[in-house]
Amino acid sequence: MTWLKRERTGIKKKKEPRSDVPEGLWTKCEGCGEALFQTVLEENLWTCPHCDHHFRVPARTAIGYLADPDTFTERFAGLEALDPLEFRDAKLPYPERLKAAQQETGQKDAALAGVATIGGKPVNLVVMDFFFMGGSMGSVVGEKVARAIETAVAERRALVIVSATGGARMQEGILSLMQLAKTSALLVRLQEARLPFVSILSDPSTAGVLASFASLGDVVLAEPKALVGFAGARVIRQTIGEELPPGFQRAEFVLEKGFIDRIVHRKRMRDEVSHILEFFWRSTRGFAPDGGESPHAFRPALPSADGGPGTSARSR
Amino acid sequence: MSVWLDFEKPVMELELKIQELRAHAAEQGLEADDQLVELERRADALRRDIYARLTPYQRVQLARHPRRPYALDYIERCFTGWTELHGDRHFADDPAIVGGLALLEARPVMVIGQQKGRDTKENLMRRFGMPNPEGYRKALRLMQLAGRFHVPVVTLVDTPGAYPGLGAEERGQAEAIAVNLREMARLETPIVTVVIGEGGSGGALAIAVANVVLMFENSIYSVISPEGCASILWRDGKKGPLAAEALKLTAQDLLGLGIVDGILPEPLGGAHRDAAAAAATVRAAIVRQLDDLSGVSGPELVERRLGKFRGMGVFKESPA
Ligand SMILES: [Zn+2]
Repeated sequence: MTWLKRERTGIKKKKEPRSDVPEGLWTKCEGCGEALFQTVLEENLWTCPHCDHHFRVPARTAIGYLADPDTFTERFAGLEALDPLEFRDAKLPYPERLKAAQQETGQKDAALAGVATIGGKPVNLVVMDFFFMGGSMGSVVGEKVARAIETAVAERRALVIVSATGGARMQEGILSLMQLAKTSALLVRLQEARLPFVSILSDPSTAGVLASFASLGDVVLAEPKALVGFAGARVIRQTIGEELPPGFQRAEFVLEKGFIDRIVHRKRMRDEVSHILEFFWRSTRGFAPDGGESPHAFRPALPSADGGPGTSARSR
Repeated sequence: MSVWLDFEKPVMELELKIQELRAHAAEQGLEADDQLVELERRADALRRDIYARLTPYQRVQLARHPRRPYALDYIERCFTGWTELHGDRHFADDPAIVGGLALLEARPVMVIGQQKGRDTKENLMRRFGMPNPEGYRKALRLMQLAGRFHVPVVTLVDTPGAYPGLGAEERGQAEAIAVNLREMARLETPIVTVVIGEGGSGGALAIAVANVVLMFENSIYSVISPEGCASILWRDGKKGPLAAEALKLTAQDLLGLGIVDGILPEPLGGAHRDAAAAAATVRAAIVRQLDDLSGVSGPELVERRLGKFRGMGVFKESPA
């Protein structure tokens, strides 16, 4: 298989989405081992056509797959982390870790926030980026989520958050922990405003982020086989001193335990989210405030005959 | 029986000598002599010196001290009429969290705390104060009950963290914590939290979304245990002392970062040296905070609590 390795390290195109596999013409599927053409993977939204393995994708790519084409406008892009703890690990100070992650990903921090439409419905969208320091939530991610909630309330939009995270960012210490409370507490306002929140769990969605907003969606969706759990498997194994059941903390396991509503293939995600939002969209007359007029164009539409997502609300 | 920490060794040696001399004097029917007085003076000075310069990791050790007063020790000393209430009404009662009705002077309060065990048997039952989801759901049930009657809620935080177990994951540990964070935020009654020992990450925060958060001077509050942080960032769990410095987890650090509202002083040598005095401090602090909050309306309490947590975070913002 030496040719495969050579190919992988060889050619690099500029505009390809980054993933946790080396870029090149071929990528070996982590699910089935099949060697997959880059173009095939892109056509399949970075899922394997043979085994449906979902590759991790950076936030920009995920937004492209989820939002209606060309509807995403980034907000709060000027937010950047500081180093209030003057944190230094074994090798590097936190600011240098940040700089390295910024250079590697082209992002300022581990989430992108903005407005978009999904199936025509206006949403505030936050998408986490696992490639930026493991998608960890520090003050910046917490602030983007907080503002997304607040502006969703102010502008009468739905909230959609895609998690891809290992949890809280240790380098910001207790300030990271407080982002759990900050984001979860603000969801009170979203509920009071009668606006829906769809939480999408991609691989992985764990620890502190799962113990806050990610678990609090009115509807919680997950990508197939996404890792979804609070404590790390290694720690649990050490604590209980026994092996864990097969599929432990995978989306399918968590669905069975009752903490996820649906598992949705990436190719179907936009339609599913659109379909779900359609129900709330219609029941609130275009996310209108109580007794008020919808601030957005509102076109009630019947679902298609096969029970699938309606289409007329999507027309712009 | 005393339990000594490594950094207390110089004091321990003096104290043992003092005990020996005292026993000897008692045997001989003698008064305490000058040598004894001098030794006691030195021990006291030494203790003051050591405790004035504690490192973060030494405070971690004090926060985890096996003789440190736990939630029930404070509940017994601060309140009257303690009536423990059990169960989450869905799955089980979790002994790692205790909760119930109590009186503070004449005032009814709902008290909730994480509870560690004093011996192996009790620790097995209470899982070293690491709650399962049903513990958090019990806590929320009791807080919501208190909320309906405008009864103030007092929570005592002392946990290494939420329990990392198979059952805990199956029953939604993350969801249980998340729901508490949201639901505590909207409780229309005063909430006062005291971190009495270990404030271990989300497992602590899940009962600490309060109007006022106080910390004992030798308690800690952190996003991850120093050992856990060290094993990830230093790839060596024994580098806990270094991680403890880096994480800024002491009461003094947290006050500086604006995360907690006040620090409660401990008896010299730590709360375990004088549980009654430590409890008196807690009691006085709770009375004062509840007096301050007693005239505030339910919606205003929610507004203040939300605003307090909304403001947490440090970042810069350039024009996009
Ligand atoms: Zn495959």
